[in-house]
Amino acid sequence: MKSHIYENRKYVLAGIALVIVLCYIARLAFLQLSDGEYKTRADDNAFFNNVIFPARGAIYDRNGELLVFNQPAYDVMVIMREVHNLDTLDFCKTLGITRKQFDERMALIKDRNKNPGYSTYTQQLFIPQISSQEYGVFQEKLFRFHGFYIRERTIRRYATDHCAHILGDVAEVSPAEVENDDYYDPGDYIGKQGVERSYEPELRGVKGVQILLRDARGRIQGHYRNGALDRKPIPGKNLTLSIDAKLQALGERLMEGKMGAIVAIEPKTGEILCMVSAPSYDPHRMEGKQRGAQMMEMQRDPMKPMLNRAISGTYPPGSTFKTSQGLTFLQEGIITSSTAYPCYRGFVTKGMRVGCHGHGSPLPLIPAIATSCNGYFCWGLYHMLNNRKQYKNIQEAMTTWKNYMVSMGFGYKLGVDLPGEARGMIPNADYYDSRLGQWNALGVISIAIGQGEVTLTPLQIANLGATIANRGYYITPHIVKRIEGGHLADSLLVKHKTKVEKKYYDMVAEGMRKAVLGGTCRSANTSMYEVCGKTGTAQNRGKDHSAFMGFAPKDNPKIAVAVYVENGGFGATYGVPIGSLIMEQYINGKLTPASEAKAASFQSRHIDYGTRAR
Amino acid sequence: MTIQEQGSKGIFLSIDWMTIMLYVILIVWGWFSVCGACYDFNNPDLFSWETNSGKQIVWAGTSLVLAAVLMLIEKRFYDTAAYVIYGAMMILLAVTIVIAPDTKGSRSWLPLGSSVKIQPAEFAKFAVALALGKLMDEYGFSIRKTKHISIAIALIVFPMLLIIGQKETGSALVYLAFFLMLYREGMTGSLLFSGFAFVVYFVVGMKYSEDHLTYIPTSVGEFTVLLLAMIFTISMVWIYCKDIFTVKLMSYICFGSTLIALIFAAFVIPFDVCYVMLPICILMILYLIGLALYHRYIRYGLIALFAVASTAFYYMTDTLFEHLDDHQRIRIEVLLGMKDDPRGAGYNVNQAKIAIGSGGLFGKGFLNGTQTKLRYVPEQHTDFIFCTVGEEEGFIGSAGVLIVYLLFIWRLIIVAERQTDTMGRVYGYCVLSIFLFHLFINVGMVLGLTPVIGIPLPFFSYGGSSLWGFTLLLFIFLRMDAERNLKRQ
Repeated sequence: MKSHIYENRKYVLAGIALVIVLCYIARLAFLQLSDGEYKTRADDNAFFNNVIFPARGAIYDRNGELLVFNQPAYDVMVIMREVHNLDTLDFCKTLGITRKQFDERMALIKDRNKNPGYSTYTQQLFIPQISSQEYGVFQEKLFRFHGFYIRERTIRRYATDHCAHILGDVAEVSPAEVENDDYYDPGDYIGKQGVERSYEPELRGVKGVQILLRDARGRIQGHYRNGALDRKPIPGKNLTLSIDAKLQALGERLMEGKMGAIVAIEPKTGEILCMVSAPSYDPHRMEGKQRGAQMMEMQRDPMKPMLNRAISGTYPPGSTFKTSQGLTFLQEGIITSSTAYPCYRGFVTKGMRVGCHGHGSPLPLIPAIATSCNGYFCWGLYHMLNNRKQYKNIQEAMTTWKNYMVSMGFGYKLGVDLPGEARGMIPNADYYDSRLGQWNALGVISIAIGQGEVTLTPLQIANLGATIANRGYYITPHIVKRIEGGHLADSLLVKHKTKVEKKYYDMVAEGMRKAVLGGTCRSANTSMYEVCGKTGTAQNRGKDHSAFMGFAPKDNPKIAVAVYVENGGFGATYGVPIGSLIMEQYINGKLTPASEAKAASFQSRHIDYGTRAR
Repeated sequence: MTIQEQGSKGIFLSIDWMTIMLYVILIVWGWFSVCGACYDFNNPDLFSWETNSGKQIVWAGTSLVLAAVLMLIEKRFYDTAAYVIYGAMMILLAVTIVIAPDTKGSRSWLPLGSSVKIQPAEFAKFAVALALGKLMDEYGFSIRKTKHISIAIALIVFPMLLIIGQKETGSALVYLAFFLMLYREGMTGSLLFSGFAFVVYFVVGMKYSEDHLTYIPTSVGEFTVLLLAMIFTISMVWIYCKDIFTVKLMSYICFGSTLIALIFAAFVIPFDVCYVMLPICILMILYLIGLALYHRYIRYGLIALFAVASTAFYYMTDTLFEHLDDHQRIRIEVLLGMKDDPRGAGYNVNQAKIAIGSGGLFGKGFLNGTQTKLRYVPEQHTDFIFCTVGEEEGFIGSAGVLIVYLLFIWRLIIVAERQTDTMGRVYGYCVLSIFLFHLFINVGMVLGLTPVIGIPLPFFSYGGSSLWGFTLLLFIFLRMDAERNLKRQ
């Protein structure tokens, strides 16, 4: 046959087939056996991680009163391709928007530049967070608006008008927060201030995820591996604060129209019973959509209502600080219970004079505390710093003094479980060396009476009260009493012993008792329980600050309080009456009618701070 | 025993069971792939008539029945009826253009009843193959005779034109596969080579027409095409005319002047080297024509014709390109890497590559492919079925499919070669050429190597028409083969 001469051409054809198949296998190897790029891209295509947000933990006060909870909010969603025969007029009227707003919103959704995830097949956000009332009306007509859906979310709601600084708030995470913590994705919510922030990990719970399969049109087709890899969300833990809501409410009432703070601590446990910072604000202002605008307004306010003065404000403690001085001098042997120092209307030596008010002289420690004698404590510090038998030089004496102060919780953060705590100021030898060069006891003597360089936060003043109430130790003050299904950080339960023995604390407590019985705190005296107290009148550039530090009852104390009213004048003017009302409310659970009347009068006594920015 | 009985027994024994085994492997493998591609989350029953996988079982079952029936039809029938079948098919193709409803722009589907549609173009291949077999088996037929080969080519081109008329350019291109058979039967290799050369011109010329040689203002595409035209032409003179003198002369002039032009342009005055190369090519063509007339030797003339076409081709491509449909032009541009358009024309190929690439070595497992099941790859159960294989069965599976195909084609070559008459061999080569062409284009487009031409992967792509069409094509041949021993008795 003729074509037999071409029989070898079968090899050409077989060769073509072989070359094609080999080329394709090589190409397959290139595509399939190289890096995982295609795998990643296929996964990005197909897997839609549907994040399920856990319910954020609720917050209660120490008596189980609900303070913060979650409330459903409703987003109006739209699937564009399902929208047809829409009665736009009725729709706009139902949602209370104009035709123009409707058109703008629709255009914005369709704009792929501004809405990169746009698909006509998936739900797009039309209006966020409509109210329950709007939802009710809209829900009734929803069946007529094809393509529109409701998506439920939760927003944080407050059951109280108080505790704004303590509770804090939640808001969308900032880009920096997303960057720093892998847990967060843009659009998530995070605690921004207060307990919401410091207990964010407990409150938020753990997000769950459903791995869904998404088709090319963005429609969800089912669970990947029937949900085997899905994770259920873990709900946030509920918090019980140590705050007594009634006490807090009273504190906020009493501080109306004033600037300053009240802190009350249960001495035995370190639990903070109330923490008032004035001026304050209504926590409802931080709910939902309005938060941003409200924040802006408050940040512009010269009174700084957002500042938690109880932990972030640092003030000269004034005479409340004298208790710590007495303790130090006793423990160091500078004085004994019977050591008396003269005070002739003040501390006067070598041309130096620290004024004092009129009282008997000379006085030993207990009456010195009771009458808040400046001279006594100046002499004490003077003798301590100049004692060359015990201390080689003034620096060593100063360092010893500073160590006492630090052991009492001053000069450093106490470690309260709230963000924004300040450390206050306790000067040390280095500080004076560098600031003053050559210096002597007289140059720094005002620190003995809580003036000069010394500053404390109201929390530290209250903690001083708690330490004296405990006769020598304190538990880290903390605001959360219990975490449901969890436990408090160990650092919050540590017992800190000061460098001073109990017997000296008894003397100082006795002094504070005398101050109530016949000294500066007479108005705090009551027959119901034994109150111990110490006033403070802190000098500053303007009118004196009015301060009070005390605890009650004297034995087995239940509450230690610090009150600080900026520019309130004498400690007895605002500090003592406010402090005694707080004690009464907490110990008795209510105020007597007379006290109630007193509270009402203090509520309405406002201090004029002018308009100067602080 | 009657002759009839002897015949059937002989036929049964002579059936090429190996081909049938490969056929069954491909169909079963194909069915699993269709399952993966068509998996419906709302209807996970693979055997339900509602799903494509369920229907494919029916198409496969009926194909086996069809195969059995075909094994009963004697070769004599085809021998007698080849031209009648061809004529009837051509009429059907022509009628289809007129009566077929418009389906996505093509008029190639004939509705039979309410739910079943058939595509006559899928069935016309066997008719053309039979007609070619019959033609070339005729006494005195010589493929080297221009008249004879012209008739053969006309038999191929006519249905192509009809199918192009149905707006199914892809299906029409399949008929080019018959040229492989013609080559085996003795058609000059230069035609096949010319076809190859023009594809190279087109790809290189289009892809690099905008690029320029470093330092020289000459289009890389134009330069390369002209250079290739010179090389191919001179090679042809060498191979077909054995005229060493002319080869040397033309080589010196062509490559010498090109080299000088390049050096001059690079170091002295930059200019477009093609201004030199083009006149040289024309000179070369004129010389070849002169030789043809002088020696009265037609081969010089044909080579001159090739050279003319080669030289003119580059300049014609632009015009040609303008005349393509928009979607075809964009497909070609994307394929050549001239356009990157992952959301538009490149979307299919891009998603197909992701599907295959994500399969890795072992694949994601049966029904676990996400790209294909979630409809990221369009036409994933028909033209892009190979994606499912790549994604779910990985490199092992997809390379395996290719190897089974290679075995299948290799087996068909063996079977075709053992035919005792021209008709059987020609028909056999037609069959294997068609399978090879489908494999080449279909897998190539999924891998992003060939243009996206919508033709199915035999036995894998979902669909009754294509499965029946390929079964028809194959089993007529297997019956012819089974009769090979009968004639000797």
